[in-house]
Amino acid sequence: MAIDTKHVGTSFEPVTMDIERGRLVAFARATGQVDPVYCDLDAARKAGHPDLPVPPSFLFAIELEVPDPFAWATRMDIDLNTVLHGEQRFDYHRMAYAGERLTASPRIDDIYSKHSGVLEFIVKRSAVTDEAGLPVADLTSIIVVRNPAVLP
Amino acid sequence: MNAVNAVVVGTELPALALPVISRGTLALFAGASGDSNPIHIDLDVARSAGLDDVFAQGMLSMAYLGRLLTNWVPQQQIRSYGVRFVAITPVLGQPTCTARVTAIEDVDGERRATLELAVKLADGTTTLTGDAVVALS
Repeated sequence: MAIDTKHVGTSFEPVTMDIERGRLVAFARATGQVDPVYCDLDAARKAGHPDLPVPPSFLFAIELEVPDPFAWATRMDIDLNTVLHGEQRFDYHRMAYAGERLTASPRIDDIYSKHSGVLEFIVKRSAVTDEAGLPVADLTSIIVVRNPAVLP
Repeated sequence: MNAVNAVVVGTELPALALPVISRGTLALFAGASGDSNPIHIDLDVARSAGLDDVFAQGMLSMAYLGRLLTNWVPQQQIRSYGVRFVAITPVLGQPTCTARVTAIEDVDGERRATLELAVKLADGTTTLTGDAVVALS
């Protein structure tokens, strides 16, 4: 196995992101979202939200808000060009809104291989919390590393 | 929401058909999502990795499926949402998102539906499969 399993249990530096309205509007535009609840503050408030809502998959962006979002790969001696995003999961505790300061705390939960090591899997979990430290969502990523050197 | 009140196992949500994914969309999504992996936006990097072209971020399709969910229920009713990325979405691919109710249960004092999710391209390739749990009331 090319990836050292000593990394299981490793926690990475928590990443904090100020959720900005403009960024959420840009995300809505990039994903073709035309529902005004996600891009118009008045519409969001009329729908009962205190501010623009953070859409279901946006929380993934928090961890990427650092100078080198792929430092975890470098640290584990993984070539980014061999990496694929295999699975992504969100378990929600509550909605999040523009104006909040959210923190993601990533951790490597598991590393395993399949097909005699041709594919390796990294399970990364990130708890997203608010300024009070209360849970907002739990993210689980499964990262697939292709290991062509192992192929016969 | 009347549509949600009438939900039974087997109910299909209104599908979400997306336009063709352009290189421009990939660039906008890279900026907005913070996913700066150049393999999605820089042809030179894609070629150096042995690919013919850049391909779409998996999280772009996950955002599209998220739109299908929030078109159906207010987002505060979504309890969990997960996907598997089963095939690459090439540039100029045209995805359609679908969802179907596979179970309805009472959990923690609320009625919840489990949805089976998929994204398919116009050529029939399934690119994402997944599931979500939403509260119905």
